[in-house]
Amino acid sequence: MDASSFVAPPPSERNPGRSLHRFANPGRFLRLSGAVLPWFAAGGAGLTALGLVWGLFFAPADWQQGDAVRIMYVHVPAAWLASAGYLGLALCSLLSLVWRHPLADLAAVEIGPVGAGFTALCLATGSIWGKPMWGAWWVWDARLTSVLVLFFLYLGHIALVRAFDDPVRGYRAGAILALIGAVNLPVIKFSVDWWNTLHQPATISFTGAPTMYVGMLWPLLFAALGYTLVFAAIVVARTRAAVMERRIRALLMARAHEVPA
Amino acid sequence: MTHLPYIVAAYALGVLIPGTFAVAAFLRMRTAQRRLAAIDTRVKRPGSGPRRRAQ
Repeated sequence: MDASSFVAPPPSERNPGRSLHRFANPGRFLRLSGAVLPWFAAGGAGLTALGLVWGLFFAPADWQQGDAVRIMYVHVPAAWLASAGYLGLALCSLLSLVWRHPLADLAAVEIGPVGAGFTALCLATGSIWGKPMWGAWWVWDARLTSVLVLFFLYLGHIALVRAFDDPVRGYRAGAILALIGAVNLPVIKFSVDWWNTLHQPATISFTGAPTMYVGMLWPLLFAALGYTLVFAAIVVARTRAAVMERRIRALLMARAHEVPA
Repeated sequence: MTHLPYIVAAYALGVLIPGTFAVAAFLRMRTAQRRLAAIDTRVKRPGSGPRRRAQ
């Protein structure tokens, strides 16, 4: 995406169509994101606090694991968002490569560090949970190893998009890496089914009833929804900042060109 | 409560990591809004976003 697109309105603004590119207008994105951001932030903070307090003080302890099961209310949402964030990164990369969607590049760049942070949170809380339950901080289990690979994919994307003097080349290279790395997502999901792992299988699925006591399920769902909104709010805020920084650079460059030699 | 140090450590990370990202994103956004408002005359006030250019 060239900087000039932030100075002159793109064709989609002059002739709003039904195409995906009508959302590529930075001004329109700033207006829409400015409207939803406070709701995401407030809703995310509130639901996360509700889920965590409920899980910490009011949810029952597990008959086998005792109170260590309360780590689940942080670990499981972080694990879901590590994968969901990468899926978002891959979708933005697809939009960027196929349809040249200008905001998709910026969104992909901004999702990367946030996704890496939540993956690190998943790995750290999993390790903290594993020590009292398994007797080890880390095992080379298929689920743990595939999530570690996901973390390295995030780090690789962060490094790759910043490794070129021409940002567009960095975006393209990062998009290809993100799409190739998406192969890891089903491996993470089905690792507990395909291999004999120490990590427990999924207790919640879209197709079957949860195998979890409802008193534990509700705080988990609240925490997961809250963390999801927090994740979305952070990505939206970072993307807004990136759009404005692009606009600042474009304006400063335009002014520099106006100065007579 | 059993395993209290592990639970406290996990919850502390669960608040600190997303919280740090959230604060950093908010500060970056506010800085960009102020800088943009200072150089772009089309922006009326920080937080409102740039106005649409007249056709």
